Amino acid sequence: MSVERIRTVVGHVVLMLGVVVSIFPFYWMLVMASNTTPDIFAYPPKLLVGSHLFENMGRVLDNIDFFGAMLLTLIASLGVTVLVLFFDSLAAFAFAKYEFPGRNLLFGLLLATFMIPSQLSLVPQFVTLAEFGWIGSLKALIIPGAANAFGIFWMRQYAKGAIPDELISAAKVDGAGFFRQYRTVGLPVLRPGLAFLGIFTFINVWNDYLWPLIVMTDPNKLTLQVALDQLNGIYGTDYSMVMAGALMSVIPLIGVFIIGGRHFIADLAAGAMKF
Amino acid sequence: MAVSDVIRRTTAVATKDPAPDKPPSRFRQAMPQYVAVSPFFILFAVFGAFPVLFSIYLSFHSWDGIGAMKWVGLEQYSYLLSDPAFWDAITNTLIIWVLSTVPMLLLALVIANALHNATTFRGFYRVAYFLPNVTSVVAMTMVFGSIFSNNFGLLNAFLQSIGLNKIEWLSQPWGIKIAIATIVTWRWVGYNAIIFLAGLQAISADIYEAAKVDGASSSQTFWRITVPMLRPVILFTAVTSTIGGLQIFTESRVLFGDTENIGGPGGAGTTIVSYLYQSAFIKNQFGYGAAIGWALFILIVLFSIINWRLIGGNDDERITKRAARRARRRIAEQNARRSTGVPERNSERKEPADVG
Repeated sequence: MSVERIRTVVGHVVLMLGVVVSIFPFYWMLVMASNTTPDIFAYPPKLLVGSHLFENMGRVLDNIDFFGAMLLTLIASLGVTVLVLFFDSLAAFAFAKYEFPGRNLLFGLLLATFMIPSQLSLVPQFVTLAEFGWIGSLKALIIPGAANAFGIFWMRQYAKGAIPDELISAAKVDGAGFFRQYRTVGLPVLRPGLAFLGIFTFINVWNDYLWPLIVMTDPNKLTLQVALDQLNGIYGTDYSMVMAGALMSVIPLIGVFIIGGRHFIADLAAGAMKF
Repeated sequence: MAVSDVIRRTTAVATKDPAPDKPPSRFRQAMPQYVAVSPFFILFAVFGAFPVLFSIYLSFHSWDGIGAMKWVGLEQYSYLLSDPAFWDAITNTLIIWVLSTVPMLLLALVIANALHNATTFRGFYRVAYFLPNVTSVVAMTMVFGSIFSNNFGLLNAFLQSIGLNKIEWLSQPWGIKIAIATIVTWRWVGYNAIIFLAGLQAISADIYEAAKVDGASSSQTFWRITVPMLRPVILFTAVTSTIGGLQIFTESRVLFGDTENIGGPGGAGTTIVSYLYQSAFIKNQFGYGAAIGWALFILIVLFSIINWRLIGGNDDERITKRAARRARRRIAEQNARRSTGVPERNSERKEPADVG
């Protein structure tokens, strides 16, 4: 074997080890979710997938309103995603392709908001929403996140390269106003970028924990993450049931990721390179 | 359909053309663009800027969220500075941050390098490495909680099976920090590796070719070419992991719940954000919570500047200065040698010292 060949093999061995470490917790989650709790507590522990998966899932559904929480989380995630895609792409289109007084100032301002950590104003944000009477309602989950600086920044970079100026000039000659130019020229070209931003936003809202923990105070209206944490808090020693719940909460997300995964990763990396 | 729309629009615009002798102002003309960018700024004003200003006001008050606010001036801040629990939270956060960020970025660099050289299975590797990052922290923290569990955990079962003693991971100060850092590392190694990989792919192959021609070894190539060329990407990952690391919360909250010690036994896993959450939303000390938020902000800015100075910043200038300094010193050494007759070897041993 040549040196080159040995290096390739060593590289794959290293990468495969890493894959095992990456994937193992998912496997272990499945093992715990499909065995009984006494099996999990036994020594030596059971290392293989058991036969109690559906029984454990059933117990999750008996103890918490799992599908209610999932529906609420789905509505919040979809709501934020749709609004973010619209507002961010519209703003990005304007920033990327039009000259207007104060554009650079406004864009600089937008970048400056990156510096502010969300936890800085956690308390006053809560107080503000309480003043609005939004605590415990879906509005608290959807409206504050309906447009964000990251998305606008990212879409602007994308739009700059993707939308040819000639297309816009042509639309202008045809007499199309700004919003029609956005709809007929901008949106179709931006579609791949929107796919990335959509998945990114959806996953983030779906997984968010601290914000829903604070604002969703009604125990009958919890997001999946908070409901899962409660399940863990109340039935913490019933590992098999808690893990079945965890597994059920993770499956939809893995689905979204596997469908859009390959492009998503490439786009995310490309975005980081633009900073 | 789009074309007919455009045509219809054209005629509509033509009929209501503005008076030709009075062109609309640049601001009036840009109205649609202002409308387009306004949602972000309106939302930011209401849910971003206003709360930030309000939190300054709030941090000068004592308030339980229900009763009347009481002006206390700088008391919250002076209490904060003398509050041992707050300093413990900072120490915990920084330890967890170091324990997670250092292995995370090093492993990511190794993986990215291997991915860069691999020609097969690339798509599979990418998805496999990225999966931990997109799954919920809450669910995966629960899995890791069981792996690290004191009595029935997989890790302790493993330690026992190879004849070692069990470790009470989730009771001991270091065990708790290692457990949290492991979760963070596991979730973010793949993400950072993918970012590094993009950086590696952007380095031109010519440079490597030239190094090969010059007879550079692979470790020389890695440290002298790859790492310096990756510097902007390393800066990006360092800054994002710092900001993320200082805001760690979910892992410790899910592991230990809303107990009296929010960060587990002895509060060894209490992070800055856990302490903020506990103060504001469990103990209802809203003014104090706002003050902790500001302390967190200052820390994040401080650490971002440190990162910037260490990794990025005015580098070219610094490197040239350092090289000039080294050259000057070498000349001085040579001159000194010439006058005193010190043998060559000594100067070589001094070499590393002048790097700093």
